[in-house]
Amino acid sequence: MLLIKGGRVIDPVSKRDETGSIVLENGKVKDYIPGGNIPKTFDGKVIDAAGKWVLPGLIDMHVHLRDPGYEWKEDIRSGTLSAAAGGFCSVACMANTKPVNDHPEITGSIRRKAAEEGAANVYPVAAVTRGMEGREMTDFAELAEAGAVAFSDDGKPVASSLMMRRALEYAKAFDLLILSHAEDAELAGEGAAHEGWTAHRLGIPGIPSAAEEIAIARDILLARLSGGKIHIQHISTRMGVDLLRMAKRSGLPVTGETAPHYFTLTDAAIEGYNTNAKMNPPLRAEEDRMAVLEGLIDGTIDAIATDHAPHDDYVKRCEFVAAANGIIGLETALPLSLALLAGGKITPPRIAELLSANPARILKLQGKGSLRKGADADVTLVDPDVEWEYREQDVRSKSRNSPFFGWKLRGRAAATIRGGRITHSLMPGVSVND
Amino acid sequence: MQWRRRHVLGLADFRVEEMEFVIDTARSMEEVLTRDIKKVPALRGKTAVNLFFEASTRTRTSFEIAGKRLSADVVNFSAATSSVTKGETLLDTARNIEAMKPNILVVRHPASGAPHFLSQHVSCSIINAGDGANEHPSQGLLDLYTILKAKGKVSGLKIAIIGDILHSRVVRSNLHSLGRMGAKLWLCGPSTLVPKEMERAGARVTYDMREAVRDADVVMMLRIQLERQKTAYFPSLREYSRMFGLSRAVFSLAKEDAVIMHPGPINRGVELSDDLADSAQSRILNQVESGVAVRMALLYLLAGGHDAAH
Repeated sequence: MLLIKGGRVIDPVSKRDETGSIVLENGKVKDYIPGGNIPKTFDGKVIDAAGKWVLPGLIDMHVHLRDPGYEWKEDIRSGTLSAAAGGFCSVACMANTKPVNDHPEITGSIRRKAAEEGAANVYPVAAVTRGMEGREMTDFAELAEAGAVAFSDDGKPVASSLMMRRALEYAKAFDLLILSHAEDAELAGEGAAHEGWTAHRLGIPGIPSAAEEIAIARDILLARLSGGKIHIQHISTRMGVDLLRMAKRSGLPVTGETAPHYFTLTDAAIEGYNTNAKMNPPLRAEEDRMAVLEGLIDGTIDAIATDHAPHDDYVKRCEFVAAANGIIGLETALPLSLALLAGGKITPPRIAELLSANPARILKLQGKGSLRKGADADVTLVDPDVEWEYREQDVRSKSRNSPFFGWKLRGRAAATIRGGRITHSLMPGVSVND
Repeated sequence: MQWRRRHVLGLADFRVEEMEFVIDTARSMEEVLTRDIKKVPALRGKTAVNLFFEASTRTRTSFEIAGKRLSADVVNFSAATSSVTKGETLLDTARNIEAMKPNILVVRHPASGAPHFLSQHVSCSIINAGDGANEHPSQGLLDLYTILKAKGKVSGLKIAIIGDILHSRVVRSNLHSLGRMGAKLWLCGPSTLVPKEMERAGARVTYDMREAVRDADVVMMLRIQLERQKTAYFPSLREYSRMFGLSRAVFSLAKEDAVIMHPGPINRGVELSDDLADSAQSRILNQVESGVAVRMALLYLLAGGHDAAH
């Protein structure tokens, strides 16, 4: 038994934002006690959460764990430790491993390894097409039986509209979800940064916003045609947000996510050919950043996901155009999201929606995303005011590709509890026991 | 002024007085070139390596001659014949060369920013001899010098640069050198090759060749990369040449004393008509000549020749 005592309990699903305590037992939320009324005698461990926020365990619906195949960049153990350190209890890992997660055996082996050594729940996302080659559909139903929570060729788009149509139609019969890496790869071409003033000035080939927007528009139209559900990944452009807003207004079964870097940075970060500011989609212009922010505020964008993309040094320590895409994000997502509170338009309950309740709803993760009685005992304790510096030597991921080193951040996961066991703690007297 | 720069990576951060200082130094270097024996011992014992990851005969030769006139030991390392093709990283290649203790690396690379990246990882001086579509600072300086010689000033001149602006590192360096010296820059070419955003650099963009050339003091034509055609930036060389090539008729719109420049190599009859290339208004060979002097100046300043001389 574990009592989390007297914290600010924020659970949008039960419409709760108040001081209260939570009792965890046998991996579930056993009880909620409002206010300061706590049992005089409690037969179990007590965590004093005074001054902390008590959130449903955070869920990152977009990470790359690089396992199997690229274990020198990250593996299930290091990736989930990084997740726990960032306050995440659950992650959904993309299929671009080696081999690609396009077979139930691979999905199963990821799940088994995660059960053995994971410090977070790992939900595999299987590929839409075999080998992510865009030609033949994977065995959706069997993959779902093996534990795949959704389907995506993330890292690559599903280039063919016909292929995407079939995938959406077929997935619909089993009520499965396709996640779309929206990109017109031919239009993006050799581009290595957002096509705008910075790239023009630095002589870097550009990726126009339209390369993303065309694909988002296509996928929305295909969702309309097929009636299948689609979720747009890593939205980075103004028109991308507008398209999603329009689709939702038309009642289409469409959701979307963005990543912290898209509402925190712009393409100005590539100045000096900084390869740690290189990702796909690329960091965009200030108007795009503002639009992503607006989408987070008005509910157009459903989730914040990191697109945690670990890369070893040597694929980042090179010429900008040759450098690999992506950055690690699990340990910075929460503070960068908390920075949104400063504008006053995003509230703590909205943060809990974006980082927990909505990802759980979109991926239909049973027992996740809420602190209601009977939910899984996944809890993130947040110290909203602590100021700290993100330092390279403290990173739990195996990789070091982040543009945020040296940043002074505010707010952090004080402790992460997964299934009633403590996977991360910065709180005195509370030690990791997972 | 005191020369403090360790690398010449681009003109983006060059102040006007630094550019003037290089030009002044180039002027005294040019005097050496008029002598019977065109060699001074200024850089004796210094080694410059031309590290070229992209084919270039003229820029490499220009740097080589510049180094030799200053008595530096000049070594050419061309990546086409090196282990780069077997997958050695840029950093490893540069570190290998650095282990041989050169004083200056003159780097040309197809990737924008490659010299900037190297400058963070090696201890010798680096001169950017052209990186991707980013900069070609010695060209920007030699163009400035050539115009100064032809016109006596740069400030207030209308300078039209015509051709493939999008992929041109020469343009990006010239925007800094000529722009900062007060020229009125006009950029022109097919709209697929002239990003409108370049106006943010203080230049005017037009797709009308006549508007660009009208009353210009300098018309600078850029080489059109023939292989660009396969990605369909324009329909045909024939149409390109008709719409954006410099002919007598178009050039007559420029000021009477206007001059023609081109960073070379020229596609005769494509961007520049045959007769104009050889006309009295052409300063193309003067550019090549100024190039050696400017590169001597850069090598001299970076190798600490300035301190040695005083």
